[in-house]
Amino acid sequence: MTLEVLLQGLIGGLLMGFVYALIAAGLSLIFGLMEIVNFAHGEFLMLAMFATFWAWALAGLDPLLSLPLTAALLFLLGIAVYHGLIRWILGAPMLAQIFATFGLAVFLRSAAQALWGVDFRLVKDPLVSGRISLGGLFIGLPQLVASVGALAAFAFLYWLIRKTETGRALQATAQDRQAAALMGIDTQWMFALGWGIGAACVGVAGGLLTIFFYVFPDVGASFALLAYVAVALGGFGNVPGTLAAGVVVGVVEVMSGLLIAPTLKYVTVFLIYLAVVLWRPQGLFGRF
Amino acid sequence: MATRVTALVLALLAVIAPAAFAQTPKEVVIGVLYPLSGNAAQVGIDSANAVRLAVDIINAKHDLNLPLARGEGLPGLGGAKIRVIFVDHQGKPDVGQAEAERLITQEKVHAVFGAYFSGVTQTVAQVAERYGVPHLNAESSSPLLTERGLKWFFRTSPHDGHFSQAMFDYIRDLEKRRNVKFKTVGIMHEATQFGSDSAKVQEELAAKYGYEVTVKISYRDKATNLDAEVGKLKAANPDILLPSSYTNDAILFVKTAKNLDYNPKLLIAQNAGWTDPTFVKEMGKDVEGHITRAPFALDMAAKKPMIRQVNEMFKKLKDNSTGRDISDAPARAFTGFLTLADAINRAKSVSPEEIRKALVATNIPADQLIMPWTGVKFDEKGQNTGVRAILQQVQNGAYATIYPFELAAADPTFPLTPWKDRK
Repeated sequence: MTLEVLLQGLIGGLLMGFVYALIAAGLSLIFGLMEIVNFAHGEFLMLAMFATFWAWALAGLDPLLSLPLTAALLFLLGIAVYHGLIRWILGAPMLAQIFATFGLAVFLRSAAQALWGVDFRLVKDPLVSGRISLGGLFIGLPQLVASVGALAAFAFLYWLIRKTETGRALQATAQDRQAAALMGIDTQWMFALGWGIGAACVGVAGGLLTIFFYVFPDVGASFALLAYVAVALGGFGNVPGTLAAGVVVGVVEVMSGLLIAPTLKYVTVFLIYLAVVLWRPQGLFGRF
Repeated sequence: MATRVTALVLALLAVIAPAAFAQTPKEVVIGVLYPLSGNAAQVGIDSANAVRLAVDIINAKHDLNLPLARGEGLPGLGGAKIRVIFVDHQGKPDVGQAEAERLITQEKVHAVFGAYFSGVTQTVAQVAERYGVPHLNAESSSPLLTERGLKWFFRTSPHDGHFSQAMFDYIRDLEKRRNVKFKTVGIMHEATQFGSDSAKVQEELAAKYGYEVTVKISYRDKATNLDAEVGKLKAANPDILLPSSYTNDAILFVKTAKNLDYNPKLLIAQNAGWTDPTFVKEMGKDVEGHITRAPFALDMAAKKPMIRQVNEMFKKLKDNSTGRDISDAPARAFTGFLTLADAINRAKSVSPEEIRKALVATNIPADQLIMPWTGVKFDEKGQNTGVRAILQQVQNGAYATIYPFELAAADPTFPLTPWKDRK
């Protein structure tokens, strides 16, 4: 195994890691706010990818150009899901909450299959394509653009949560919803907003992924699985922690594939997950 | 006296009853298991449509030289019609197992058929074996399926042993034709039963044909990233790459290879993803020159006109609303289902043992097949001995048959164009 191959793996892992992180961020945000795990998160991603694909196929809109639309669409979807489903199960036992979001996942996936069939679809000739080579190392431009986009979305998310009044209200609601309500914060709206922002994150991630990844009704599941690991690793609800955790997942995936064996790369990822859950349940970076 | 009469009547009944009660059934029910959702759903749906077409050909009159086409229903069973129950196993071995149990015990099917994925076929076959119900498989390619000595399992399709043998024969013939010499082979396979067994056979054959396997990679087909896999291949850089992949991972592999500038000289795929019609359509120029093994190709219609007729009927099926062509896996499903129906017809009974005996005695000649085979005849393991594999290459955006040379529709191109020269 040469240094070149390892460096190449590191680049690939890093680039993918930022995208994993953005997918995980939405999940983490929702969990931090109301302690509900959204099992339909992967399906949100799938819907974002289909939205991007259809914008390209029907209106000729490049994935990068339709990105704001996809994000807005998913934002609305998040709010709709909150009002249509989540609001009714806020006080319900955890098992009921799991079944509700899991059921939503099955529904969305089957609906996508019924509506759009089961072909794998690809966006052909996107605006950014090809690769740049740096002394024998290759960086895929779509992947580069996707990770830069993911980082920008993270920066925006961080600013939104930490620097704006709405963000502070979100944090207050996450810490103590009754106290927040007493301070005059509309917690219902905060919850809905949390779902909207969480879904919009995955909307951006889906839009960026579609530049170089196939679109398919089941595509979300594999990404969601890695996102759960990143959420646990980063600390449930800790959005900046999720960024670091996503990158860790991306890099560990590729490096363990190269250094140990490709079959075992997910074993390594999930071993880290188990270790964190057992010995540091608050996550590597704690809660926010 | 009364007791004697009763005894006589009882004895008479005992003789007559089986004949009286075993009236020929009005319909024969067959349970068909395919992945109708999940990653391989399109292949499953196409295969289910191929079964629908076969049922129509059997149940209604058609002027085709196929088994049971010219009459209505099964003449051996007084014109009984075939009814099919479709089941979605989602590509999961445990679901396949549970559904096979349900088909046999609840739906009382007379035979089971399916199930595409070798891993699922394996669990379905075990259920069929336990209940003593005939199981015909038309497309799973793991060699081990017919090596376990199952009494009720029959396979019409070639397995990866036949296919891989054709690949190595081709490699050797290509060396002679082009005066080149290959030394090293890389094997990349997805980690379920299909990929693992395929890789195992290829490793054995490579040793037998005198090539060195310098890299063997097993990976998860639902992987979101194949950078590590392609990185390893690039580092080892074997002359020939033999991938065994499903559609989604095949797409991701080609995209990653392009991204990381990985260029094997020769790529011969083990069917599956490479023969999904979507794959070539979506990947376009990026897969020009790729070779896959296949038991079926539409361009063989030049030599077998019936293929065109069957394809036209397939495209007009109500359930095939987008008019897809019959591709490799559905063509095999079609052939396998006709084989099963042919056996039930000759059995003149729906008793499992009679059907099994009829399957053992199957002998369908080559001219009644849409496959390039020499016929359908099962050996003692339940494997069709008339199979023959062909190789196809993507040329100008579509598959052309290139091997065996006597069946070829086009000359093979070699080597693969490196990424920097593709436009």
